[in-house]
Amino acid sequence: MPLHRTDPEPVVTYEGVRSSREFGEIHRRFRRFALPTVLGVLGWYFLYVVLAAFFPDLMAVRVVGEINIGLCFGALQFVSTFAVTALYLRWARTSLDPMVDQLRGRLERGGLR
Amino acid sequence: MTAFPALSAVVAAASVGEPAVNISIFAAFVAVTLGIAVWASGANSTTTDYFAAGRSITGRQNGVAIGGDYLSAASFLGIAGAVALSGYDGFLYSIGFLVGWVVVLVLIAEPLRNTGRYTLADVLTYRLRRGPVRTAAAVSTLVVSLLYLLAQMAGAGALVNLLLGVSGGWGQNLTILVVGLLMTFYVLVGGMKGTTWVQIVKAVLLMIAAVLLTFWVLGSAGFNLSGLLSDAASRSASGNGVLRPGLVYGATLTSKINFISLSMALVLGTAGLPHVLMRLYTVPNAREARRSVAWATWLIGLFYLCTLVLGFGAMWLVGSGRIATAPGKANAAVPLLAFQLGGTLLLGLVAAVAFATIIAVVAGLVISASASFAHDIYAGMIRKGAIEHHEEVRTARYTAVAIGLLAIIGGIYAKNQNVAFLVSLAFAVAASANLPTILYSLYWPKFTGRGALWSIYGGLASSILLIVFSPVVSGKLDPHTGASLSVITDPGVDFAWFPLENPGIVSIPLAFFLGWLGSVTSREQVDTARFARLQVRALTAVGAARASRR
Repeated sequence: MPLHRTDPEPVVTYEGVRSSREFGEIHRRFRRFALPTVLGVLGWYFLYVVLAAFFPDLMAVRVVGEINIGLCFGALQFVSTFAVTALYLRWARTSLDPMVDQLRGRLERGGLR
Repeated sequence: MTAFPALSAVVAAASVGEPAVNISIFAAFVAVTLGIAVWASGANSTTTDYFAAGRSITGRQNGVAIGGDYLSAASFLGIAGAVALSGYDGFLYSIGFLVGWVVVLVLIAEPLRNTGRYTLADVLTYRLRRGPVRTAAAVSTLVVSLLYLLAQMAGAGALVNLLLGVSGGWGQNLTILVVGLLMTFYVLVGGMKGTTWVQIVKAVLLMIAAVLLTFWVLGSAGFNLSGLLSDAASRSASGNGVLRPGLVYGATLTSKINFISLSMALVLGTAGLPHVLMRLYTVPNAREARRSVAWATWLIGLFYLCTLVLGFGAMWLVGSGRIATAPGKANAAVPLLAFQLGGTLLLGLVAAVAFATIIAVVAGLVISASASFAHDIYAGMIRKGAIEHHEEVRTARYTAVAIGLLAIIGGIYAKNQNVAFLVSLAFAVAASANLPTILYSLYWPKFTGRGALWSIYGGLASSILLIVFSPVVSGKLDPHTGASLSVITDPGVDFAWFPLENPGIVSIPLAFFLGWLGSVTSREQVDTARFARLQVRALTAVGAARASRR
């Protein structure tokens, strides 16, 4: 089965694949996940760093016993890193891998190496 | 093992613990890892075998090996020590080393595996003008690896001072020599496969030691974290100041901005470290590369959580005062804590783990530097690709020996210098010279060869120049004693004009800007066919399996 594309000819070049609808969808999905995730994680990290550098009094406010906001915030950096890692693994496995496998299988059968 | 009796003969009883125990545990590690290197040497005929372990490492194994490659002695002893002396700010420092892995996982690991073969330069030249870009990437790979290498070798000298009571003179030199010869042997004989298994063994030992000590400390504190913190703070000269940020980085506006600059280098540098990225080529495909990074993240995160407890544990059980006056200062915190908790045997274990850590990291650095020289500079530039597998492997082996010698000489020369800044400098150079080009070439259609050259050389030159003219190299004086804290120890020499001790905040944005500027002002035609090939292959792995089998 040829790739769906505006013209009916089967796709054989990488440029052709790149402008195909299937690849466009994979690319779009990847961008929609990757960009906000990475920017979000970095933003969250720099928020923490800036707060620690410029607002140490806020970080020193106690939550429970000797455990203050700063320690909780630091621990949350670990939690968020682990959570994003797990989220990415699951997202890639369910939302990206099946589409990629389908497209790759077809391209490799179709002679594009 | 002829070196060890000679070494132990010089070791005076002045040190903490029993050098014989330290040395015999370390000797056991050496024996096991030498066996591994010899076992791995069977399959090292092709470049793929030698540089990428025949792509036979599984994702989980590789994740553990990445942990072994990444967690240096500076992490194990240095960060826990920083927590023990300055509390919260040490913890703050460790977080950047972990968060950076998200960038590797989401943006870099899989495309890198799909489009490259052995080195960083492979990925860039997949779409850009080949020659000069390959050389530039190899140069920055070599610079980052050598900076990091020098820090590790000097650390080995400092460690022996601390653990065996050998200070100065030939005892330290001998240790540096032994470390240098060992890691050269692993790389020479075992190639990437041997290096990988040395790193796996080391990572397992390191994690066992860290988790064991952490539980021990928590157990001693009755599993009451709040109690541990307040007991620890009461043993510190700064009191409750150790529980909040600001002790180190909060003094002045300059030190705050310096900390932001350091954080940028740490969080963005991980994704540009050539010796870590090279590990991603040892797995069979991009999915395994993804798994590797996830495993590495779990391990590295757990490890830094342990260093937090170990640091406060050392503050509590050993006391900041004793740590600050011990030989090795901050680096002594974990060894002293281990001695306090479990006596000679536990100290011996920690000492052996620390040495194993240095050797495994150094072996990873040597193989990445020698691969880059043999594959990018010799095979790619000098021989223009007309080279047989075995010749390329032979060149890499010669290079490994040369780098090993360089590391031994450099380590001996730098052993009593203040070189702790080299690790964060390596991260800054990696974040400036490598990361922008990697990201642009993977994701930006209009990126050109000129943009890559401007970004790599601009990032490299700016980060190194700024360090040379920073207080790290000259003019930083101790406010109380007036003694110099810089690399140049003459307090009269001061040519520093850049106020920060880490160049990241300037050099990283500059390198991104230069990459953009070089590309948009270039007359070079963007090769859309090659970019299409890169993008399709990066995301879908079409044809990647065949290309990487070569």
